[in-house]
Amino acid sequence: MNENMVEIEHLRKSFGNVKAVNDLSFQVKYGELFAFLGINGAGKSTTISMICGQLTADSGTIHVNGQDVRKHSHEIKENIGVVFQDSVLDKPLTARENLKSRAALYGITGKNFGHRLDELNKIFDLKEFIDRPVGKLSGGQRRRVDIARALLHKPKLLILDEPTTGLDPQTRKMIWSIIESLRKEEGLTVLLTTHYMEEAASADYVVIIDHGCIAAEGTPYELKNEYVKDYLSLYGVTKEEAESLNLPYEKIRDGYRIAIRNPLAATDLIVNHASVFRDYEIVKGAMDDVFLAVTGKALGGEQQ
Amino acid sequence: MKILMSLVNRNRKLFFRDKGMLVSAMITPIILIVLYATFLAKVYRDSFLSNMPETLPISDKLINGTVAGQLAAALLAVSCVTVTFCVNLTMVQDRVYGSRRDFDVSPVRKPMIYLGYFFSTVLNSLMVNMVALAACFVYVWKMGWFLRAGDVAFLIVDIILLVLFGTVLSSVVCYPLKTQGQMSAVGTVVSAGYGFVCGAYMPISNFGEGLQKALSYLPGTYGTALLKNHMLRGTFEEMEAQGFPSQVVKAISDSLDCNPVFRGHTVEPEIMLLIMLGSVVGLGSIYLIITAMPEKR
Repeated sequence: MNENMVEIEHLRKSFGNVKAVNDLSFQVKYGELFAFLGINGAGKSTTISMICGQLTADSGTIHVNGQDVRKHSHEIKENIGVVFQDSVLDKPLTARENLKSRAALYGITGKNFGHRLDELNKIFDLKEFIDRPVGKLSGGQRRRVDIARALLHKPKLLILDEPTTGLDPQTRKMIWSIIESLRKEEGLTVLLTTHYMEEAASADYVVIIDHGCIAAEGTPYELKNEYVKDYLSLYGVTKEEAESLNLPYEKIRDGYRIAIRNPLAATDLIVNHASVFRDYEIVKGAMDDVFLAVTGKALGGEQQ
Repeated sequence: MKILMSLVNRNRKLFFRDKGMLVSAMITPIILIVLYATFLAKVYRDSFLSNMPETLPISDKLINGTVAGQLAAALLAVSCVTVTFCVNLTMVQDRVYGSRRDFDVSPVRKPMIYLGYFFSTVLNSLMVNMVALAACFVYVWKMGWFLRAGDVAFLIVDIILLVLFGTVLSSVVCYPLKTQGQMSAVGTVVSAGYGFVCGAYMPISNFGEGLQKALSYLPGTYGTALLKNHMLRGTFEEMEAQGFPSQVVKAISDSLDCNPVFRGHTVEPEIMLLIMLGSVVGLGSIYLIITAMPEKR
C-alpha cells in the first residue's frame, strides 16, 4: 500500500513571468506532521492552493490519498480540511450558523450535524461562544472555530496555513495539543506552514522552500545536523579551563559556549577533558538557524 | 437540495444582518420617495390638472389616487431591480472576504454555489419588495384606491417578474466582479442610473425622442410600464366613468408611459409580459452558461 498521503512530482506554476512554484517534488506520509517553511512569496500558499484544487498546475502531478487532483478533485476535497491564514468564516453569523452552513457543503445536516457539533464542542470547548457572531470573537476563539470548521467532515488531511500567527502562547499551546491528540487518536495527517520555528521543530518532516524550489528537506534532526552546529555550554569553569579545550569559545552569563560540529565531536571532547566537564549541556542548533543557513533569510523576509 | 437550501439560508442571513447592505438596497426607493415628497408629486398634480378642461369636475381622490399610483409603480419598478443588485453583492463580498475560498475547498460544485446566490437573491428581494408592495397599497388606499382584485394579483405577478429580471441581470453583471471597488462602482451606477433609465424618476415620455427610442430597447422600460398599467388601470376606468373623454384618458396614460412604443408600434401589456419573460429566460441562460464554465485558475 502507498504510504504517502500527498505525492507531488515536478510541480510548476507561473503567474506571468513569475515562477511561483518551480519543479517542486515532495511526499507527505500518512499520519505525519509535515512542515512547509518559506518566507512570504516563496510559493507555499500557491502549492497549498494547487493541492486543494483552487489553482491548476502548469505542469507536474499532485496525488492526494492516491488520487490525481486533476481527475478526482471532487473526491479529494472530501478528504481535505483547510485552515486558512486569515479566517474565512462569515463574521455576521454566529459560530454555530457558520459551522452549520459549512457542514451542509459536505452533506452533514440535521441530526448528523448535531452529533458532529457535539463532538467538536467537546474537543474545542466552543460552548461558551457558539452562539456569538464570529466577528465578535477573540482571535483564539475564532481560530478554534476555524479549525473545527476544517474538521467538520473528518478529513484525512488537515492543511494548516500559519494557523497560530498572531495568537497568544497559551492559545497556541492549546491548539497544538488538540492537533497532536487528533493525530494520535485519528491518524490525521497534518500539512503545516508556519513562521514559528518551534512548531516546525516538532514536525516529523520539514521542507524549506525558496523561490518556488526546495532549498532543503529532512527531519528537523537531519536538517540541524546538516546545516547548523551544535553548542556545548560549560558552566562553573574558569577562562583558562575553557581555553584549554583549544576551540573558539564565547562568554555567556554563567560560563562559556563552544560551537561543535556534531554530538560525536562533543563526546570526544568530554572524554579527553573530563575534568573540565563538571556541569555542561549540549544544545542542538535551532530551526531558525537552519532556515537562515539554507535561505540566507530570516522568516519575515529580511536578507541576512 | 439540502446544500442549496443551506446556501440560500446562509445568504439570506448575511443580507438581513448587514444593515448597511439593507440600507443601500433601499437608497433608490428612498430617493424616489424624497423626490415625490419634495416636488415631483406637485409637478404631476399640476401637469395633470393643466391638461384637464376647466369645466370638468375632478375629485381630489381621483387626482391623489393617480399620483399615488404613479409613485407606487415607479418605486416598485426601481426597487425590484436595485434591491436585487444589493442582495446579489453577497456573491462579490464572498470573493472579497475569502468565503469563496472556503466553498472552493469543499466538494460542492461551482454551479451549485451560484444557484445559491440566485435563489437567495430572488427570495430576499421578494421579501423586501412584497413589504414595499404592501406599503404602497396602504399609501394608495389612503390617497385614493381604485384597484381591483385582478390588478392586485397582476401587480404581485409583476413584482415576481421584475425581481426575477433584476436577479438574472444582477447575476450576470456581478459574476465577473472581484473587488470592493468594482462592487461599489456597480452599486452606485445602478442606484443612481436605473431610476432614470426605467422611467421611474421621470416618465420616459418626457425625454427626447432619441433617448425614448434608445430606452425602448431596454426590457426594464416594459417592466415599469407593466406596473404602471396595473397600478393605474382602475384610475383610468374611474376617469372614463366620471365622463373624461377617452382621448384625454389615453393622453394621460401615454404621458405616464402606460403605452410604450417600440419602432412605431404600441406595446400591449401581454407583449410587455412576454418581453420580461424572454429577458429572464435569456439572461438566465447566459448566467447558467457562465457559471457552468470552469474559472481561470
